[in-house]
Amino acid sequence: MLESKISPGPLEKKWTDYKGHCKLVNPANKRKLEIIVVGTGLAGASAAASLGELGYKVKAFCFQDSPRRAHSIAAQGGINAAKNYQNDGDSIYRLFYDTIKGGDYRSREGNVHRLAEVSVNIIDQCVAQGVPFAREYGGLLNNRSFGGTQVKRTFYAAGQTGQQLLIGAYQALERQVALGNVKMYSRHEMLDIVVIDGKARGIITRDLIDGKIERFFGHAVLLCSGGYGNVFYLSTNAMGSNTSAIWKAHKKGAYFANPCYTQIHPTCIPVTGEHQSKLTLMSESLRNDGRIWVPKKQNDTRKPNDIPEDERDYYLERKYPAYGNLVPRDVASRAAKERCDAGYGVGTTKQAVYLDFRYNLINKYGKAEASRLGIENPDEAKLVELGKEVVKEEYGNLFDMYEKITAENPYEVPMRIYPAVHYTMGGLWVDYELMSTIRGLYTLGEANFSDHGANRLGASALMQGLADGYFVLPYTIGNYLADEIATKPIPTTHEAFAVAEKGVIERINTLMNIKGKRTVESFHKRLGKIMWEKCGMARNAQGLQEAIREIQELKKEFWSDLRIPGGTDEMNPELDKAGRVADFIELGELMCIDALHRNESCGGHFREEYQTPDGEALRKDDEYMYVAAWEFKDEHKWELHKEELKYEEVKPTQRSYK
Amino acid sequence: MEHYSMNLTLKIWKQKNAATRGAFETYQVKDISSEMSFLEMFDVLNEQLIHEGKDPIAFDHDCREGICGTCSMYINGRPHGPWQGTTTCQLHMRAFKDGDTIVVEPWRANAFPVIKDLVVDRSAFDRIIQAGGFISVNTGVSVDGNTIPVEKEKADKAFAAAACIGCGACVAACKNSSAMLFVSAKVAHLALLPQGNVERKGRVEGMVSQMDKEGFGACTFTEACEAVCPKEISVTNISRLNAEYAMAGLTTDKQHGS
Repeated sequence: MLESKISPGPLEKKWTDYKGHCKLVNPANKRKLEIIVVGTGLAGASAAASLGELGYKVKAFCFQDSPRRAHSIAAQGGINAAKNYQNDGDSIYRLFYDTIKGGDYRSREGNVHRLAEVSVNIIDQCVAQGVPFAREYGGLLNNRSFGGTQVKRTFYAAGQTGQQLLIGAYQALERQVALGNVKMYSRHEMLDIVVIDGKARGIITRDLIDGKIERFFGHAVLLCSGGYGNVFYLSTNAMGSNTSAIWKAHKKGAYFANPCYTQIHPTCIPVTGEHQSKLTLMSESLRNDGRIWVPKKQNDTRKPNDIPEDERDYYLERKYPAYGNLVPRDVASRAAKERCDAGYGVGTTKQAVYLDFRYNLINKYGKAEASRLGIENPDEAKLVELGKEVVKEEYGNLFDMYEKITAENPYEVPMRIYPAVHYTMGGLWVDYELMSTIRGLYTLGEANFSDHGANRLGASALMQGLADGYFVLPYTIGNYLADEIATKPIPTTHEAFAVAEKGVIERINTLMNIKGKRTVESFHKRLGKIMWEKCGMARNAQGLQEAIREIQELKKEFWSDLRIPGGTDEMNPELDKAGRVADFIELGELMCIDALHRNESCGGHFREEYQTPDGEALRKDDEYMYVAAWEFKDEHKWELHKEELKYEEVKPTQRSYK
Repeated sequence: MEHYSMNLTLKIWKQKNAATRGAFETYQVKDISSEMSFLEMFDVLNEQLIHEGKDPIAFDHDCREGICGTCSMYINGRPHGPWQGTTTCQLHMRAFKDGDTIVVEPWRANAFPVIKDLVVDRSAFDRIIQAGGFISVNTGVSVDGNTIPVEKEKADKAFAAAACIGCGACVAACKNSSAMLFVSAKVAHLALLPQGNVERKGRVEGMVSQMDKEGFGACTFTEACEAVCPKEISVTNISRLNAEYAMAGLTTDKQHGS
């Protein structure tokens, strides 16, 4: 049985008690301790900056040309915090409860409560850094609503919240670089971790400019390398987002938890054709003001604005009157798929539903603006015009982005949207201290599995990334490093470094020497197709078994027919991609194994065999109330370890948003 | 909008590495859909080149939704191509027609040396941020966020400046390769907020000095930067920087060169 090391005591005191009793490292000793941070998104940049401030010697790595470009930057809608600035009944407990329920009772109470507690500190920290959150006319911070909640607790900066938070963390990081506390290595990719006597002690990297393989020592290693949604080829992730850092750690002994828990986001711009390289999200915050509908008639080919009001099916409002358009993502995605599969889809591919802003343009914003400006009896055109100005301020960049991609103006015609892979709740297993099953190897942010259970609520990823990096890890790592103060830096000439480096070089050479006929891209696309069709929004035992066989075949073909142009001692994006896709193929197999073993539906994991009569996810708490943590044994072989989930505060029930 | 497909001639800058001279190469691509993004057209070309046993073209890209600032192509004489307020990755092929010739180059600036083909080194921007583009607060601030009210108008202006994605198009468009729009956006973002007030003098002096050290040219206010900025950052930020810089120089307590 895995030991989560959750702090004992009553839920609301666990974290305070932990902080009051964990070991500390004195400032003089901190200067002697070196920490490696892999990845510089919200989790990595905030951790690297905070650890630098504390006085540790930090080395931070990213594959991008600058830490400011990590994919956290693309998060749009907002960040949750239990501030209750709106006086609408929010509290730390409610944020905790919503997150536990939203995760379909597959996350740890202790972790989630801690997350809710530190959420308020994050906002204070970011404001102090100069993050330009949206404000009201009185100069105070503004909030909006997100899915799965009935309060307004989401802080935002138009549709660019991730960008503003990341720039805040990036600036804090660059300040530490300037002070000499952090050494930054950009365009470096981690290709293995080095484990000595059971402890993580370093990494092997490749310089993506000249191909140089390098060794780095650290008393501890932090993986903050993000999610693995690109295993599906098409996702809202950036092109470079990959699983390789955590996958290398997995193969060195770190358990991988709940790999099959994937979030399919309901509102993305639909696929247009085979050339598609990625999918673009339209923020969940749009569901604040957009109403989702399909025609009541199947295969209706009329233009959306020609379909009269009483011939539209606002199916989320119909099926879930209490939450309406603000049901959690997994529920909204499945409902869209259900309507499209039943023949009510719209657009040329019929794989889309409408997200329509006209009602709120007129009735919510238009009328409020008219009243504010004292315009009497405005006609509809005037209301639309007035409403547009407000919507532009709230979401302007998103509407522009939609128009650039689709050539349609969403102020005039409804957006066409469809679900797409967006986030992975699974990741490396970590205990309460964010330490993996390899001692001294920590995992933060989306790369770990810890806080979102089987489904993440909107505006919670930014919260978790920053919670881990600013407020959790800087405490918990001290509890480990306090016992490492006598450990002298291990020279990178140590045999373990040489062995790891040799493995990295051999793998690169093997990849280069396949000299087959097919491109990396073609393999990635095929993997994505298998994963999307058989391990995507709906899964079943037969499909998953087929997927496992197909992925094993694909792996063989990859290693015998891949073609990588160019050389190893130069910038070679095809080689970088090949290494990542090789890891995705292996991960894909594990995801299918995990999905097949979990004979229940929960959150984003929907097994068609297990659903309620009205098509909702049917959990089996007596059998599957655990975290599935997989230990890598050998090719195609994993051993399952279970961490039982104990609910002391919340009573798990069938989730209802009706 | 009707979709269509097109055949194109591409003239693309190829350069093995920083130490080697580069040159334009000409390529043909066929059946490009008007629905593709510009970078998806590059994906098609690269797949074709790999199949032909040739070297694909190295280019920087990541989020492909216009926010990370990684993509950086100089297309037909304009950074990020013909569309207003658009990054290369958000430019779509319906901007072109069948039979067009498209010329693609890397950003050209001494401070942005070419790494390979269309990839350049923009680390100078990081070093400019290190020279003062931050507010010095350590993690652990315990002052409630709402105790620092900010006028909405100022907050909105700060946000508009902070929307800079650091892509470097402003430098690439400028005949002097000046980085003033980038630097001024950060100076303005932080100077407009009360939190940024304490360090404003040192910040603007430090960042401007680093900008000069990196080899960016002077600003002669042609406003080419604003015209090509994918986030439409305003040149009024440059005016604000100039005012901040003058004020800092006149009122600083620090002795220069000491």
